[in-house]
Amino acid sequence: MTELERKQDRSPVPSAFEYAPAPESRDVVRLEDRYGLFIGGEFVEPRSGEFQPSISPATEEPLAEVAYAGPEDVALAVGAARDAFENGWSEIAPSERAKYLFRIARLLQERSREFAVLESLDGGKPIRESRDVDLPLSAAHFFYYAGWADKLEYAFPSRKPRPVGVAGQIIPWNFPLLMLSWKIAPALAAGNTVVLKPAETTPLTALLFCDVLRQAELPPGVVNIVTGDGRAGAEIVKHPDVDKVAFTGSTDVGKEIQRAVAGTEKKLTLELGGKAANIIFDDAALDQAVEGIINGIYFNQGHVCCAGSRLLVQESIYEQTIAKLKRRMTTLRVGDPLDKNTDVGAINSKQQLDKIRELVAAGEEEGAEIYQPPCRLPEKGWWFPPTVFTNVAQSYRIAQEEIFGPVLSVLTFRTPDEAVEKANNTPYGLSAGVWTEKGSRILWMAQHLRAGVIWANTYNRFDPASPFGGYKESGFGREGGLHGLEPYLRFE
Amino acid sequence: MRLPVKKTYKLYIGGSFPRSESGRSYEVEGANAALASKKDLRDAVRAAREAFPKWAAMTAYNRGQVLYRMAEIMEGRRSQFAELVGGEAEVEEAIDSWVWYAGWADKLGQVLGSSNPVAGPYFNFSIPEPTGVVGVVAPEEPPLAGLVARLAPAIVGGNAVVLIASERRPLAAVTLAEVLATSDVPGGVVNVLTGRKSDLCPVLAAHMDVNAVDLSGADGDRAELERLAADNVKRVVRNGEGQSPWHVAAFLELKTVWHPIGV
Repeated sequence: MTELERKQDRSPVPSAFEYAPAPESRDVVRLEDRYGLFIGGEFVEPRSGEFQPSISPATEEPLAEVAYAGPEDVALAVGAARDAFENGWSEIAPSERAKYLFRIARLLQERSREFAVLESLDGGKPIRESRDVDLPLSAAHFFYYAGWADKLEYAFPSRKPRPVGVAGQIIPWNFPLLMLSWKIAPALAAGNTVVLKPAETTPLTALLFCDVLRQAELPPGVVNIVTGDGRAGAEIVKHPDVDKVAFTGSTDVGKEIQRAVAGTEKKLTLELGGKAANIIFDDAALDQAVEGIINGIYFNQGHVCCAGSRLLVQESIYEQTIAKLKRRMTTLRVGDPLDKNTDVGAINSKQQLDKIRELVAAGEEEGAEIYQPPCRLPEKGWWFPPTVFTNVAQSYRIAQEEIFGPVLSVLTFRTPDEAVEKANNTPYGLSAGVWTEKGSRILWMAQHLRAGVIWANTYNRFDPASPFGGYKESGFGREGGLHGLEPYLRFE
Repeated sequence: MRLPVKKTYKLYIGGSFPRSESGRSYEVEGANAALASKKDLRDAVRAAREAFPKWAAMTAYNRGQVLYRMAEIMEGRRSQFAELVGGEAEVEEAIDSWVWYAGWADKLGQVLGSSNPVAGPYFNFSIPEPTGVVGVVAPEEPPLAGLVARLAPAIVGGNAVVLIASERRPLAAVTLAEVLATSDVPGGVVNVLTGRKSDLCPVLAAHMDVNAVDLSGADGDRAELERLAADNVKRVVRNGEGQSPWHVAAFLELKTVWHPIGV
């Protein structure tokens, strides 16, 4: 424990309940001072010579130094992936390929606590989430895709599936290890090799993952982890020997990537932003619905592409819903990500915090009404209290733009048609939530909402067997399920 | 000797046959074909967007029957088409394409969709849905069978289409529009434009209310068209050959729905 942490007030913020501190120990994590790039099965010094610290967003403390890859480094990584693909990985019997993935899944389960603590340290999300959501799902993705590796002809009968070759993968900072699993598991199951770039603010669990690869005895070069920033990402996208690009991140960068691969033969999938509507009807089980709203926008500090960042509530129950929502918000605990009582952790970076502040200011300026429960935020680190805006018009920036923070915008509707019209009225189409007890209405809403994932009477549920991806500017391609294999295969 | 009455080859937009709003035409295959303008294309996209909800809401069985009707009506006009394209074989191929894709309409859900075994008490299913408005650039050759091979998969799943015909041999496409108009295909579901691909393709690729583009028949700067398509993250199909439900799937979105199971 550092001096800084000892001094920091770790007791939960004032709320309806008082909790004693329940810190998860960080002793389970052993961090190096400095990490190289993981290329060809070992850590190597970056040719770029550049290193940057990875910072804990809860304390602003540097955790370790990581390499920032330059063009030469990316070329080396792609070369290693190509080598591994040509010389062995694509020839290994699919059932043997499967066994490597099964090993990785089990290792993640065995080392789950270590990874969960590191994820919370590096990224800021509460330990309860990394422990109970990120880690189990990451292991599950590897386990699920392991099973597909030797069954591809059943997944795609009479299409003669073959791997594409080398996949270049760029992942975001909101679910670092989970997004790594979503990318690497299907790619490897399909017989490809990988060059993956973690987000610049959250490289550490990806680097620890390389140790799992060592324990799994994965052949060198099959997975290469290249840390760095947008520059390294651009190098991966444009490298001529990368056959397929997979990107999860902001819509703006997604469009740049789509432009960058234009005219090439590269396959591309994009998983971009969202501005999901969480829709409550007057016959909904209201307490459950309020839990669903809270989970929808405050889970992971709202750093979720499919977050329910707009609440569409039927006029007749508006007052009671808002009252219940605000009361529930006062019980949310914002604080140390490593405290097991914490509900809302730190904002991932100063940059993201500034963006949230800018949009919240815009919301107030445009005339929406803001509510934030009383919150004592730590002095160091980047924090934002759970926030809700009422009196929001459809055209306000806070109703159209993705904030990617713990900020909810509330709008109302009278009829199902109006709810659908408003819900669909953004450039996005990733997810939506519907709360009603009427079965036919659930199905009607699901049919009419233009979004790739519809949660009915639930929210933020994920599973490796469940395809995930967007309509419109939320991207194209699906991850998860049988459908998640397709982007990583060539067919006759 | 009797003087034949020559046909005026116009555009097909929103179920009607207007001339180009520019008033222009170009001489091709011994006739004057309408020279579609950028505004014609924008009008066509609007017509497609308006027609999309109704076509998408039709049952798959219904859509299948409509495509089959296309085959029926085309069969009746075999000799007219054969004269235009210079042979019966291509016409037969096109008719049989309609029949093949008609049969797919009510099967896509079972082949592309699934019930997903998630690790929790939830009912979870995935279904394919049409993406919306699809822009199709038809191949130059063969002018009829090549066009149908790209059009049928685009609409069978419920999408509405704006189609740019072969530039050098557009007359078969316009005659096909007459079949569309008499086959219970709702107006606006398919819109057929003839003219210069270099004028029309960039406008189609850049149009913000088009959800996907099939660039199989696009010559010229493909890379530039794909770059333009990125502005609203269009789904881009680069080259589709042969017959396949995956050509249909390229224009469908997969939607996954969760619901808790419990008393």
